[in-house]
Amino acid sequence: MPTNRIFWPAARIVAALWMAAAGYAIFFVAPDESTMHEIQRIFYIHVASAWTAGVAFFAVALSGALYLIKRDARYDWAGIAASETGFVFTTVVLITGPIWAKPIWGIWWTWDPRLTSTFVLWLMYAAYLLLGTLVDDPQRRPILRGIYGIFAFVNVPLVFMTIRWWRGQHPSPVIAGADPKSGLDPAMRAILFFTWGATLALFAVLMRDRYRLEAIRGATDDLRQQFDDSSQAAQPVIAARPGGG
Amino acid sequence: MSPRPQSAAESLSTAPASSSTSSDSFTSSTSASLSLWPGLWAIFSKEVRTEFRTRELLVTTAVFALTVVFLFSFSFDPTSEESRRIGPGLLWIAFLFAGTLMLEPAFLREQTNDTLSALRLAPIAPSAILLGKTLANFLFLAITEALLIPVFAVFYNVSVAAVLPGLALVCLLGTLGIVIPGTIFSAVTAHARMRELLLPLLLLPVLTPILIAATESTAALLSDPPEWPAMGLKLLAGADIIFLTAACFLADSLLEE
Repeated sequence: MPTNRIFWPAARIVAALWMAAAGYAIFFVAPDESTMHEIQRIFYIHVASAWTAGVAFFAVALSGALYLIKRDARYDWAGIAASETGFVFTTVVLITGPIWAKPIWGIWWTWDPRLTSTFVLWLMYAAYLLLGTLVDDPQRRPILRGIYGIFAFVNVPLVFMTIRWWRGQHPSPVIAGADPKSGLDPAMRAILFFTWGATLALFAVLMRDRYRLEAIRGATDDLRQQFDDSSQAAQPVIAARPGGG
Repeated sequence: MSPRPQSAAESLSTAPASSSTSSDSFTSSTSASLSLWPGLWAIFSKEVRTEFRTRELLVTTAVFALTVVFLFSFSFDPTSEESRRIGPGLLWIAFLFAGTLMLEPAFLREQTNDTLSALRLAPIAPSAILLGKTLANFLFLAITEALLIPVFAVFYNVSVAAVLPGLALVCLLGTLGIVIPGTIFSAVTAHARMRELLLPLLLLPVLTPILIAATESTAALLSDPPEWPAMGLKLLAGADIIFLTAACFLADSLLEE
């Protein structure tokens, strides 16, 4: 389609420029944080990636549910694309988190609700991706993947609630938090949302590429199947399977 | 190529010489068409009967769990004080591992003679098949826990007699929380390669809330003086309900051919 031929290369350039602009804003425009100084600048990438990973995880569950209802392979492809991209963003969160935590909290890692849930999320993404590679049956694979995607999604709030009940030391939410004093500087907030936009654009481009790869793979499988069927039909049929189709 | 089974009852059980008993209870339930309970009960009793003919699964799992509890004694000093601190987590890790191993054959057993197709052909709702198996797995894991807790109390010098009702309640809710997703994932991994590794990989992250809530509840009960783990029980019950709802919704997709 011509729109695709123009839209996606343009989107790729926009995403790249937006990421670069976000990088510039983070290092040269964002105000200095009064207690944490330079290290606080990792906050923009960290939080934006976390939100994007959340969007991706939601997309995984949604495409799983849509696949189970509509049985359209395109939803399965979207699920694969969202999970792989979300996995990358979750990994970014898990790497930038400790880099920020070490100088501020004095430790690399602490088992508080948000860290632990993010890690559980990462583990479930990994299991989801492995499940896809380990199930050979192409008919069954998307169903099983969809089921696991939904289950994992349902589980995240449960994990978060359980851990928050017993342990917790993460800073309370600065964006939508209940505490009016823990506000975010307007400039910081603007740059955070700007960075989030950049990561979302990157996410969209990556997801689209991954989706296309999966679509091409699906088309190849179909062609191969057609070829197998036609070459089989040309040969004398040995025995018709009962009930096979 | 074996022909499709004429009657689902003929191939219901993988154990030989069992068709007479299992078909009795089964045919009586087929008249109830797609209603949930008769089918659920038929699957449950078939699972239990198959298991109690050999008791393979129960014996193997109990010995495995015992080995885990035994080996944990080397990772810390099993005095009364230390046990109270670390024991509950140890106990639930043992249950979790035992459950993971025990759930593996729940659907795999049906593959040997392709009996799952027979179950699907039978006039039983897919959710009844899933829940019947879940209930059977619950019974097996609960028996293992009932065997293991006294041994744990003796090994680790913890007194459980006074808090037994509370502990039973925690075990009941915790075990449900393990077997509901566990049975679903055993059906998911039955078609996968490396399923022995994949099942724990899928299951254990999902069981994180169960592990935390059950461990903390058990720790509250075993503390001195014992506390009633109201919040833990609520969380466990909530997780059970969420998992059960998801199971009922997903059963049709899970068991379709």
